[in-house]
Amino acid sequence: MTITADKEAPQRDTPRKRSVPKKVKKKANRDSQLKSAVLFLIPASIGFIVFFAWPALRGLYLSFTDYNLLRPPTFIGFDNYVAISTDPVFWNSLKVTLQYVVINVGVQTVAALLLAVLMQRFTRSMVVRGVIMLPYLIANVIVALVWFWLCDYNLGIINAGLDFFGIDKVGFFGNENIAMGTIAMVNVWRHLGYTALLLFAGLQAIPKDVYEAAEVDGAGEWRVFRSVTLPLLRPVLAFVLVVTVVGSFQIFDTIAVTTGGGPVDATRAINYYIYQRAFERLDFGYASALAVILMIILAAIALLQNKLLRANESDLER
Amino acid sequence: MKMNRVAILSLAAIPLVLTACSAPASSDSAAGTTLSYGLWDANQLPAYEQCAADFQKKNPDITVNVEQLGWDDYWNKINTGFVSGANYDVFTSHLANFPEFMMNSQILPLDDYIKADGVDIGAYQDGLSDLWKGTDDKQYGLPKDFDTIALFYNEQFTDAAGLTAEQLGSLEWNPEDGGTYEAAIAHLTVDANGVRGDEPGFDKNKVATYGIWMENSGGADGQTQWSFLAHTTGWEETNGAWGDEYNFDDPKFQATIDWWYSLVEKGYMPSFEAQTGIGWSDQLTAGKAAMASNGSWMTGAVFGAANDSFTPAVAPTPTGPSGERASMFNGLADNIWAGTENPEEAWKWVSYLGSLDCQNVVGEAAVVFPALPAATETAVAAFEAKGIDVSAFTTQVEDGTTFLFPITDHRSDVNALVTPAMEAVMSGKAPASSLSAVNKQVNDLFK
Repeated sequence: MTITADKEAPQRDTPRKRSVPKKVKKKANRDSQLKSAVLFLIPASIGFIVFFAWPALRGLYLSFTDYNLLRPPTFIGFDNYVAISTDPVFWNSLKVTLQYVVINVGVQTVAALLLAVLMQRFTRSMVVRGVIMLPYLIANVIVALVWFWLCDYNLGIINAGLDFFGIDKVGFFGNENIAMGTIAMVNVWRHLGYTALLLFAGLQAIPKDVYEAAEVDGAGEWRVFRSVTLPLLRPVLAFVLVVTVVGSFQIFDTIAVTTGGGPVDATRAINYYIYQRAFERLDFGYASALAVILMIILAAIALLQNKLLRANESDLER
Repeated sequence: MKMNRVAILSLAAIPLVLTACSAPASSDSAAGTTLSYGLWDANQLPAYEQCAADFQKKNPDITVNVEQLGWDDYWNKINTGFVSGANYDVFTSHLANFPEFMMNSQILPLDDYIKADGVDIGAYQDGLSDLWKGTDDKQYGLPKDFDTIALFYNEQFTDAAGLTAEQLGSLEWNPEDGGTYEAAIAHLTVDANGVRGDEPGFDKNKVATYGIWMENSGGADGQTQWSFLAHTTGWEETNGAWGDEYNFDDPKFQATIDWWYSLVEKGYMPSFEAQTGIGWSDQLTAGKAAMASNGSWMTGAVFGAANDSFTPAVAPTPTGPSGERASMFNGLADNIWAGTENPEEAWKWVSYLGSLDCQNVVGEAAVVFPALPAATETAVAAFEAKGIDVSAFTTQVEDGTTFLFPITDHRSDVNALVTPAMEAVMSGKAPASSLSAVNKQVNDLFK
């Protein structure tokens, strides 16, 4: 995707070569194109303004207020932010969210990459691709509930299996040290196929002749993966990483229908804490400040990732 | 270019304007007034639809639209409805949310109507109307039903353990050794080898059936978990209705919780880790627990799950050091939204909901206990007709051993502070004495 964007860019900047009448014609052409462009952009911009821009601005304003939804907000300056800086639940929520992101994105990316390479090397079967994609088609909440039941300490089939082999039962969702890992793995299970397909599509875009050249040079499977596949996949991988990291930071639904933030605070991730502050404790000002902080963290991480991974340049064009 | 940008902006503004003026939930039509009424319990929907139909017969100029939503959606709709100006005219309310609604003047006081119509507020089961009195001493709701706590158990397990219904109905508890209550729980616990909890060789790490189930830590009220024990020691959660002081630092309370956690250490009750997952009633039905303390509102669900290996029955909670039983007494009422366009009609409907006519209909449905004593009788008889003996629940009301839901301001903040602390205790991470620290945080909320 970023590859095509790069190819388009130089074309747009080359009207200098063209003759003057053509340029005039081009301008008229561009105006009519603009009209249709605007027309096509309207639905998306309405959605963006109504559901993103306006709520974000209002959220920013509310973060400087004391607002319980039932009374008009009162401006209190930076009080919410000062309170947050000494709120142990907030700092803990950052810690457990990070824990989730590392496990979720780490395991998911490695496993998806493996799956994608396996698919590219060994099968073109649509059935296999469909099966791999299947978990992603099930609603998040249903996936969470099904795993919650499967992992139940007393009635779940997984613990029954462990018990059968004489292994001690595990409180997958009830043990403080394991709960966040369990939730991360449940979502790895759901998203793995989707991520694998994205990477698979990226692999398909790598020209065959590069591989042929590598083969002629006598490179082995691992060497090809490390020196050809991985560098050429980098823009897609970067895109996948940015999207999954930002997505993981916003983990909510799985927690909401299973642990509810417990045991103690072990799974009280930042987004769940925001929800509880707002909708359970009716502290919308404080929750808005938390949300603003989360937005800043996410923007910083996305920017950093883009920089580090050089997401908008491809090694293919060098 | 500039023109186009303006066009984009003005087009984009249209939906903002449109959403700003959504229609209110009620409206006056030529035929009369239409009221909207909300509730969250699907089991009670048919009874209230019947009430609405009967009400309309008596008041042809008022139409009542009854709507039922699941718990979370229901409260989201009401909270956002206060802001958007489109809410139910009348809605079923809960004590967990009532203080916030009252403090923010979102619901109407009913005193003037009660006076004008001569409604006897003392007619309801003792104390229920007090639950709906605000800090301003005004009455905000007419009680509609009540619930108490009892012990659900699987008769097949108690029979096998040689425990009779009489024995289960006269259990005694104390926080030192747990009394006959703990003895019964121990005897009902069975490990994978069939050894009972009070027999030598019992393996507490391989329990097949727990004597009693733990339904999470109970948070700040322990309604179905520990409140019925703690109150028999003379402990009170707060310094009275609308109190400003919590008592989680009381040694009597902490002794109760220490005893409660000791059941986990002895293997008679699942650990916090082991109880996280499928809900208590399914665990009881599946034979993973012999007993479980819970509220009367679960009667239908538990008895509906009867099968070849599960014969449901109910026993009253044990008596404690006070020599008496104790049960939290919680009840619902209907509130009128302060923004309703038809307060007079809304009151008519509320007073009908609080009348014997409607409460008898609700009682006949045998789901909950209506708040008027005569209608409570109707419900008891209706349960009996289904073969369910609910005396374990009603005995607390007859004996006057109930205590009221601890209602204060900042209730959701209290819950948010106490729940993780209670979970730490019940996970064995901290002793019950650690609750003194959280109690200080809680009491600071009121300063």
